[in-house]
Amino acid sequence: MGNVLELSAIRKSFGDDLVIDNLSLTVPEHTATVLIGASGSGKSTLLRCINLLETIDDGQIFLDGLEISDPKINVDEVRRKLGMVFQSFNLFPHKTVLENITLSPIKVHGKSRDEANAHALHLLRRFDLADKADQYPDRLSGGQQQRVAIIRSLAVSPRLLLLDEVTSALDPVLVNEVLSAVRELKGDGMTMVLATHEMGFATQVADEVCFLESGAILERGSAQEVLHNPQHIKTQEFLKRVHQAGRL
Amino acid sequence: MSEKKKSAWSPSSREIERRKTRRAINRKQIIIAVLSSILVLGTLALILVTSPGWESVKRTFFDIKYGQEILPLVAKGLWINLQLTFIGGAAIGVIALGLALLRTTKSPTLTPFRFLATAYVDIFRGAPLILIILLVGFGVPALGLSGVSSNVIFLGTVAVVLTYSAYVAEVIRSGILSIHPSQRAAARSLGLTSGQTMRFVVLPQAIRRVVPPLLNDFVSLLKDTGLVSILGVTDAVRAAQINASRTFNYTPYVVAAILFLLITIPMTRYTDRAIRRRTSAQNSEGAI
Repeated sequence: MGNVLELSAIRKSFGDDLVIDNLSLTVPEHTATVLIGASGSGKSTLLRCINLLETIDDGQIFLDGLEISDPKINVDEVRRKLGMVFQSFNLFPHKTVLENITLSPIKVHGKSRDEANAHALHLLRRFDLADKADQYPDRLSGGQQQRVAIIRSLAVSPRLLLLDEVTSALDPVLVNEVLSAVRELKGDGMTMVLATHEMGFATQVADEVCFLESGAILERGSAQEVLHNPQHIKTQEFLKRVHQAGRL
Repeated sequence: MSEKKKSAWSPSSREIERRKTRRAINRKQIIIAVLSSILVLGTLALILVTSPGWESVKRTFFDIKYGQEILPLVAKGLWINLQLTFIGGAAIGVIALGLALLRTTKSPTLTPFRFLATAYVDIFRGAPLILIILLVGFGVPALGLSGVSSNVIFLGTVAVVLTYSAYVAEVIRSGILSIHPSQRAAARSLGLTSGQTMRFVVLPQAIRRVVPPLLNDFVSLLKDTGLVSILGVTDAVRAAQINASRTFNYTPYVVAAILFLLITIPMTRYTDRAIRRRTSAQNSEGAI
């Protein structure tokens, strides 16, 4: 079982603002790494760096042993192996659910329309969205939109799935349907890196939990260790605040 | 989704009372609107009709019999304007799209073309259309290039296309820039190249967004095709001018104006409706 993702001492700043500070992380195959931390701690930026949506200032990123932080690398080819789900869904409003899902399989992965449609419908059925295939995204609830976004990123069978606070824009009732979809992926053995504020969910899916503060990992370990027996004072404070907000 | 409930109730006495009050208020407002319209429009008409020169103005601008007589001539000229609008419009669409794409590209290969496109837009958006028409209409034939037509209709169309392509390119570009970066990020994260992202994700949304302003430009285009008359093209304006100077009666101008309005007013009404629909659609789009 190899490592799908390896981050080695990466840094990223926006102007004078150091957002990722000398951060290293290893994600073995079929595991889920959960990033927790306050807003602005660098979780989203870290995910965007992995996806090469941001260029890192120092350090190295390896995907399946290949350095993808090399400027000579073809970013489009790297992204074909990565799936990303955003906090704000980012579905294409001018395309139906089915078209949203099949765009990349057809245009990027060279699948035939029939093949791509069949696979998309299979995934839609699996996540109880088959009846929405021909709807436009604005006719769907937030939870349904986010599940479509998850399916869209799954449709290209990524090596690694990046989930950026996928439930933050949803009301509590809709959060659950999205989380159970992610749990199913975990059951499939999908390798994932997730940023989340849902601590209960983190406990269920995480093989490793990393607590981020000012762009660095202050504490890491199993969910049991980090979430239920935190060693670092900052982790304790963060979890206490989350607990007070009723999210644990 | 929950099932919609059927409404089967008889309104309460309070509601019946409220409806009666609303109707009364409505009636009062209609009466006020009618009275104020009669007062304002009536006064304007009165001022016009009682003005000392009204009789001669009526004779020289609103000679109905003469108007009917020259209507076919002006209408024939208008047909030129319409042809020019549609043929020119198609060319403008293609060129403007190219310019807009060049201006928004980050491709290093296309850098010189990006500069050229920017210079083009700056020049043709900044110079008065009538000057461009004169320069192209009289300048190009003077060059004596072989193979280039010196047909005034053709050259007039070229001049209009040159100018309008610059306007329309800017409208399309603003549409492209209005698409939220998160859409691009989503497309790129799916492995689409920047070209594919533009073609399948950004441009379709951008064009939809700029259809109303483009319709506006289309109406302006129809009106501005009247300017090619200065090259001697016998369009509606020129046809009216010829007849007016022959008889010293200006009714042909009024006829031409009415013909233009018959086409442009429905178009502007339609554009307004399209804008309203667009706005309400955007409001229901929510976070996307």
